[in-house]
Amino acid sequence: MSKLHVTTSVNGQPEEVLCEPHQSLLDVLRDELGLTGTKEGCSTGDCGACSVTLDGRLVCSCLVLAAEAEGKEVGTIEGVANPDGLHVLQQKFLEHAALQCGICTPGFIVAAKVLLERDPNPDETTIRYWLAGNLCRCTGYDKIIRAVQDAATELAHEA
Amino acid sequence: MAEAHDLKVIGTRPVRPDGVEKVTGRANFGADLYLPGMIHGKVLRSPYAHARIKSVDVSGALAMEGVLAAVSRSDFPEETDDLGQNVIARDKVLYHGHAVAAVAASTPLLAEQALDAIKVDYDVLEPVLSIDQAIADGATLVNEQMHTNGDASQPASNIAAITKFERGDAEKGFAEADVVVEGEFRVPMAHQGYIEPHACTATINEEGKITVWCSTQGHFDVRTQTAAILGTSISKIKVIASEIGGGFGGKLSVYLEPLAVKLSELSNRPVRMVMNREEVFRATGPTSATWCKAKVGAKKDGTITAATAWLSYEAGAFPGAPVGPGCMSVLAPYDLENFSIEGLDVLVNKPKVAAYRAPGAPQAMHAMECVIDDLARELGMDPIDLRLKNAADEGTQAPYGPKFPAIGLKACLEAAKAHPNYTAPVPEGCGRGVACGFWFNIGMQSSAEVLIREDGTVIINEGSPDIGGSRASMCLMAAETLGIPYDRINAHVADTESTGYCNMTGGSRTTFATGMAVVQACEDIIAQCKERAAMTWDIDADQVDWDDGQAVPKPGVNADVDPLSLADIAKTWGRTGGPILGRASVNAQGAGAGFSVNWTDLAVDRETGKVDVKAYTAIQDAGRAIHPAYVEGQMQGGAAQGLGWALNEEYIYDDNGVMENAGFLDYRVPVASDLPMIDTQIVEVPNPTHPYGVRGVGETPITAPLAATSNAVRDALGFRVSELPMSPPRLLEAIDSQEG
Repeated sequence: MSKLHVTTSVNGQPEEVLCEPHQSLLDVLRDELGLTGTKEGCSTGDCGACSVTLDGRLVCSCLVLAAEAEGKEVGTIEGVANPDGLHVLQQKFLEHAALQCGICTPGFIVAAKVLLERDPNPDETTIRYWLAGNLCRCTGYDKIIRAVQDAATELAHEA
Repeated sequence: MAEAHDLKVIGTRPVRPDGVEKVTGRANFGADLYLPGMIHGKVLRSPYAHARIKSVDVSGALAMEGVLAAVSRSDFPEETDDLGQNVIARDKVLYHGHAVAAVAASTPLLAEQALDAIKVDYDVLEPVLSIDQAIADGATLVNEQMHTNGDASQPASNIAAITKFERGDAEKGFAEADVVVEGEFRVPMAHQGYIEPHACTATINEEGKITVWCSTQGHFDVRTQTAAILGTSISKIKVIASEIGGGFGGKLSVYLEPLAVKLSELSNRPVRMVMNREEVFRATGPTSATWCKAKVGAKKDGTITAATAWLSYEAGAFPGAPVGPGCMSVLAPYDLENFSIEGLDVLVNKPKVAAYRAPGAPQAMHAMECVIDDLARELGMDPIDLRLKNAADEGTQAPYGPKFPAIGLKACLEAAKAHPNYTAPVPEGCGRGVACGFWFNIGMQSSAEVLIREDGTVIINEGSPDIGGSRASMCLMAAETLGIPYDRINAHVADTESTGYCNMTGGSRTTFATGMAVVQACEDIIAQCKERAAMTWDIDADQVDWDDGQAVPKPGVNADVDPLSLADIAKTWGRTGGPILGRASVNAQGAGAGFSVNWTDLAVDRETGKVDVKAYTAIQDAGRAIHPAYVEGQMQGGAAQGLGWALNEEYIYDDNGVMENAGFLDYRVPVASDLPMIDTQIVEVPNPTHPYGVRGVGETPITAPLAATSNAVRDALGFRVSELPMSPPRLLEAIDSQEG
């Protein structure tokens, strides 16, 4: 089976990859582009560790074929911080000790960033339901929710 | 021991040293290593829960283009232990998912396809799928050579071992009781549910030198286990621990590493192996399903006169259910004269159980803490008052032998009674349930080296994989001891050839034991710095003090000199004897038992059977919290895991022993929208054997939630549900049958 030529953009940079038709976006990000910040926890769309954005929409990259990224903008955890430093969410996750092992953290941060872009002032229930697609087995979610709340507050002050 | 008010750094909440790597995606976990020429390994797993292997033929896979190696039992030494037989099946497959063969190919997909070309001839046997089946007369034997407690004079049995603890005379105690309550409880198999699947990469060079990168709680153990299974020397193997994406006890044993090494040897390529989630469920991890009976008798005033427990645990396919720790824990919170505890380790055709956070304690304590709750109801006593009346304290002899030194159970119970979440009335329509938690904690062996850079900043080298912020704890204890700021210290989890031997990250031992080694290594640094300063000042070393991160002359010593910081001493170390490094190793004793009290308020929807957890509070004795946020995190995480186990999580098997819910969609762990905030209160009753009073905190948090949740459901429904999980279908069935 011949490979597909996919032209896409990852974290604002143009990328071209040759991929197998069956390869997921997750596999191509990790195996072809070396972007291993996006994690594989289940490959069935149940854990959210592989969360990325596709044209700004939150998706599980394990459920997206790499070929579907053709002509689209992909956003991964590697694109969340900028040259000036960490994103507020990243800073708040650190300050609140909102990670223990850290494997789910990239997915949570990518997901929470999309939430705050859509709803800058979410209440606790909204945050809990938005992040219900991201599993964390270490924290019991308490400190994650607080980190997102704190980030929202800080972003509101900055605005 | 330093008093709390003397501490400057311990008890603060700085950002962890590895934090930036982990929030930016830079941190490298088990599956994140890419090596030139690397190929991919996959495992062929048994489609049967119990079968004799007549033959395995991998030649079909090897004939495929792009397949570079294939292995089965004949590639490994015949003489092997249970772990070796679990890594690759020998005569029999003992559970559905048991590894039978493995291949390595140029792509993961090709490796997967090559598995279909392996021919295995099985003689299918009847599977043993429950304790009831396993201990019945005439039961099929999982292992025909297994005799209870090794007693070959008795017939072979599925009961691998029976453990007994007794004191006093339980029957006499029950006879003296005014009230006797008892119950029988079942807790299902549950998985640790770490989000990162098992992963490793292995390579072997032409002189047989092996390097393994893997996600593990103990890379020194990976070295030992891999060497034993391959029949080679540990001196041939270097293991590098990647960052670890959760373990909870499930990453203490090897599954993939010996296979990857063998495939690397045969292919002459680095081989990576990564499990998928289904394999994680079918072939790793679970903790025991249990069947427990508990009985308690008490006087009208609440004094417990006797207690008994019968604890029966599924071990999976090999002996080793955590029933011993279950026996140790089941009555640990109580000061009792009369008790008897019996524990059974029972083989069934299910995956070999692995440690899961306080292994064995949650199931046993669920049974006993439910019965204690029923006793409080019978007596009309507050459940905390009943526990206070009988609580173990300093000097109480633990059921498993030793006398407790200072422990914090009573302090936790008193804190609970005074807590606003407890003094507040139970919300309308809710039930409230209380339970105690316990874990004995362990010490064991750790090493640490403390290295000073030329600028006086500090590196800690140690061997405990950081599973939840332990680098931060090490840096805090080092900063406190050395008297320098936290941000001048970094902690490094070194590989098996770059630091001294270290036991695993498990048993809640890391902050306690590795922390003790780090503190002692820092004291070694201080002693050396005093000598260097003395040399510089031309006085005796015993005339030098270490004060606030600097060498100073002792009061009264006649020396007109400026204090010397670590940086000052480093600047001139060429003239005083060369670079400075400190080291220490410990076999830490006196880990200090950890107690907790938890309660929850929850509502049960009688139409759907769904439980809505409204509030959860955990109080725990941490001895001393080095980094309180990570202690709270352990308490919150353990509560969430316990709630999941109590309310939803279970292995569901069909009649052939095939797990029917091997994915996160159907094995449903708690998600953010299932839980409330989890309130915590840390109690500090310092552990006298640790320089800063630390007790382990990782495991105790999961020991109370099962019973607290059960007791709250009992309170909400007005009757007890004795089988977990209390999932909607099970609760609905219970409600319907009660309402007849």
